Amino acid sequence: MAESADEIVVLWITAGLGCDGETIALTGATQPSLEELILGGLPGIPRLVLHNPLLAYEVGEEFLAPFHRAARGEIDRFILVIEGSIPDETNKPEGYWAAFGVDQQTGQPITTCEWIDRLAPKAWAVVAVGTCAAYGGIHAMEGNPTGCMGLADYLGWDWRSRAGIPIVNVPGCPTLPDNLTETLLYLLRQAAGLAPMIPLDDQLRPTWLFEQTAHEGCNRGGYYEQAEFGEEYGSPKCIVKLGCWGPVVQCNVGRRSWLGGVGGCANVGGICIGCTMPSFPDKFMPFMNQPPGSLLSSHAVATYGRAVHALRRFTQASLNKEPSWRQKKPVQAAGSDSRNR
Amino acid sequence: MSTMTRTKPEAPAATRNLVEMNWDPITRIVGSLGIYTKIDFKNREVAECYSTSSIFRGYSIFMKGKDPRDAHFITSRICGICGDNHATCAIYAQNMAFGVRPPALGEWIINLGEAAEYMFDHNIYQDNLVGVDFCEQMVKETNPSVWEKAQKTEAPNAALHGYRRISDIMTALNPFTGEFYREALLMSRLTREMFCLMEGRHVHPSTLYPGGVGTVPTIQLFTDYLVRLMKYVEFMKKVVPMHDDLFDFFYEALPGYERVGQRRVLLGCWGSFNNPDVCDYTYERMTEWGNAMYVTPGVVVDGQLVTTDLVKINLGIRILLGSSYYEDWENAETFVQRDPLGNPVDKRHPWNQTTIPKPQKRDFQDKYTWVMSPRWYDERTGDYLALDTGGGPIARFWATALAGKVDIGYIKATGQSVKIYLPKTATKPEVEFEWKIPKWSNAIERDRARTYFQAYAAAAALYFLEKVMAEVHAGRTKTWSEFKVPDEAIGCGFHEAVRGVLSHHVVIRDGKIANYHPYPPTPWNASPRDIYGTPGPYEDAVQNTPIFEENGPDKFKGIDIMRAVRSFDPCLPCGVHMYLGGGKVLEVRHSPVFGPFGK
Ligand code: SF4
Ligand code: SF4
Repeated sequence: MAESADEIVVLWITAGLGCDGETIALTGATQPSLEELILGGLPGIPRLVLHNPLLAYEVGEEFLAPFHRAARGEIDRFILVIEGSIPDETNKPEGYWAAFGVDQQTGQPITTCEWIDRLAPKAWAVVAVGTCAAYGGIHAMEGNPTGCMGLADYLGWDWRSRAGIPIVNVPGCPTLPDNLTETLLYLLRQAAGLAPMIPLDDQLRPTWLFEQTAHEGCNRGGYYEQAEFGEEYGSPKCIVKLGCWGPVVQCNVGRRSWLGGVGGCANVGGICIGCTMPSFPDKFMPFMNQPPGSLLSSHAVATYGRAVHALRRFTQASLNKEPSWRQKKPVQAAGSDSRNR
Repeated sequence: MSTMTRTKPEAPAATRNLVEMNWDPITRIVGSLGIYTKIDFKNREVAECYSTSSIFRGYSIFMKGKDPRDAHFITSRICGICGDNHATCAIYAQNMAFGVRPPALGEWIINLGEAAEYMFDHNIYQDNLVGVDFCEQMVKETNPSVWEKAQKTEAPNAALHGYRRISDIMTALNPFTGEFYREALLMSRLTREMFCLMEGRHVHPSTLYPGGVGTVPTIQLFTDYLVRLMKYVEFMKKVVPMHDDLFDFFYEALPGYERVGQRRVLLGCWGSFNNPDVCDYTYERMTEWGNAMYVTPGVVVDGQLVTTDLVKINLGIRILLGSSYYEDWENAETFVQRDPLGNPVDKRHPWNQTTIPKPQKRDFQDKYTWVMSPRWYDERTGDYLALDTGGGPIARFWATALAGKVDIGYIKATGQSVKIYLPKTATKPEVEFEWKIPKWSNAIERDRARTYFQAYAAAAALYFLEKVMAEVHAGRTKTWSEFKVPDEAIGCGFHEAVRGVLSHHVVIRDGKIANYHPYPPTPWNASPRDIYGTPGPYEDAVQNTPIFEENGPDKFKGIDIMRAVRSFDPCLPCGVHMYLGGGKVLEVRHSPVFGPFGK
């Protein structure tokens, strides 16, 4: 299958140590949706030819065929997507931690690492989706037996694709659905020559998605400013004292919501546990404790916040009164009670 | 197409000409799964089957020493499609261990979230993944004569779903281009929105906590849920009759199709949707509150309901080894000698399990998988039963129907069926569906139950919404109860993950996790042969599955095997390998994927 100029192949490997949550997120995205990318519904954007195990029509070797072709250099331009963290296969005498398909000669599984070694050098771009693939994530938690790591730890942080593109990380546990498809869309646009090099920060994240903190986009920020802190889960106020890490975590969930404008974290009552960050999860645990760093800042905001809040209450009360010249009594006075009840 | 290897005609007992075929990975499931078969093309059946997984992550190991309140955040990451089921189950176990009872409202909100998860997950799996096995393109490629017949067969329920012939349904299921395929994808987003309204984020929730939820219970929140739910209810009125038509057609078009994926009726369901009026999360009263769940827990053996008692279910769980890449824990610590009621707890029970991984080569004569072999000890017979979940719904329905306990207006369990009542929606009148206990536990019935359970979940959500509104209108808006983490405690949680039984067992010492073992459905279903030689459910359901596919060995797609395996809704990075038994040494040769046969 030689790809034509108006399509681009995506080889998506879910066989890192992960949960397939990014593939599921992919099916939930709406801006753009998977159908729009696959059916070519956006003007000027190459059609995405997706090979992903969850959605594939084909099975087994037939499904793997494009992966083998790409490894042999027979697909000109493809994007390699890695989901799940990369185990250290050298930390044990034999066997495997993670594998994808089987070597038809030996009957032994082909490890995920082996696939990365075969495919990454040939890829036009490589994308690590989810915090596991980007930085190691949950499965790289302290005490894990597999020695797993993020893709950039495996390939090297200075790694460049043959088109000169660094690894693109789209962290999140799981990734916000639209962050995922939008990053792919950017790369498709770049592949079509319609966009410059994808802008990435030093942790290889798309800058436009990750430059702000969750706190900066949180709809509870007003409560924080007024030093109104919830003491119990279920409170509509700022939940920083209940364990929210929003003020220091780079994430756009507050602005984007989770899906279709609905859900999220702090904006709907869930503490931010820092799931997009390279140090996730270890530096955020225990999750339900107040972040140590926020003790000082939430304290500092208290005096100012309470004063401001008191003044605002005063003004608000006044604004809740209709002007004095407006008639407050029913026009029809006594005797028409039944109508007004 | 599969990869194949021709074997020598041999073995006097068999005189069968067996072809080894494998599909690795199996696609359209969550996780990495491979299938290895040996097929007798002359007699048109699968000879034998082994099951294996290709990924190890080590949750039980890295959770040790962590704060027990982190358990649900961590275990959610076990699964990317039903992580919230893990989070919920972990919270149930924490509630028991911490001795905390959430406010009723918090419990209803979790029930609404989990109902939305069933609605979402069964929908996307059934219609975007399994559905492809029944779509026009697939049926044309595997059974042209069935396609011929489908074009001539009127759909009996056409008036309800709008597809005139069976072939029209199949066309609508074509991936991406099919109209119904795309509609299902859209619905899967709507239900995920419902989910996010209750649990914050899909699929790893942000608003679930031991003691309740952080969701803010406003009138608006439940309005937003209700309007989406009613769209889904309307969708169900078309989906259920449409799938009935499709599945019934397969029995009719391919006589004998009931044997595909058939196995003995050995079903487990651990119950779903707690009733906050009864459930206090104490182990001592678990029998009572388990029986008050809105999906009844139960073990069904050969069509008989053995028990609905969660204490008995709990004590019967055994984790066996035999073919898995682990060392035995016979000499490791016994964490729990007796349960809080004084019953002895087995060394092979999850509370007492110690996970010691031992990576090694894959060898089908010995160790071949990362999955262990969960079994349920039947004290009546002394058997270690390889229960399956049938992908979830069939076991939930079977247990709930036989138990006859659920009766909430929208749902009634009758003793031999479950009636589901859906009210009038914008353009469709009210309907009543009835799931009846089927004659077989097989691929088609597992799939059919999945469709009906979507309607069940929607009906249950209608009931939960009534309860929620009663709380909110009465001004009882607390969603969370305070608790303290004890120094020493044990806990267990029972739930139904989308694809079946889910249990979490925790042991707390010095305020930290000393032992933690989650058992999701797939280890039950995908388990390998255990120490007693009993094969796991996939292994035995696929063995002796007849082959109806019209293609010969060179173009063989294994569609009947795929339908059998996918009917279990496999979901875990795990694998199935099917193999020929009889101790024969086969000459194994491999051919290139598209190359000439047996070269
Ligand atoms: S809830 Fe979290 S993100 Fe929102 S304002 Fe408070 S600290 Fe910031
Ligand atoms: S707000 Fe925090 S927990 Fe939520 S998605 Fe962003 S980083 Fe993850």
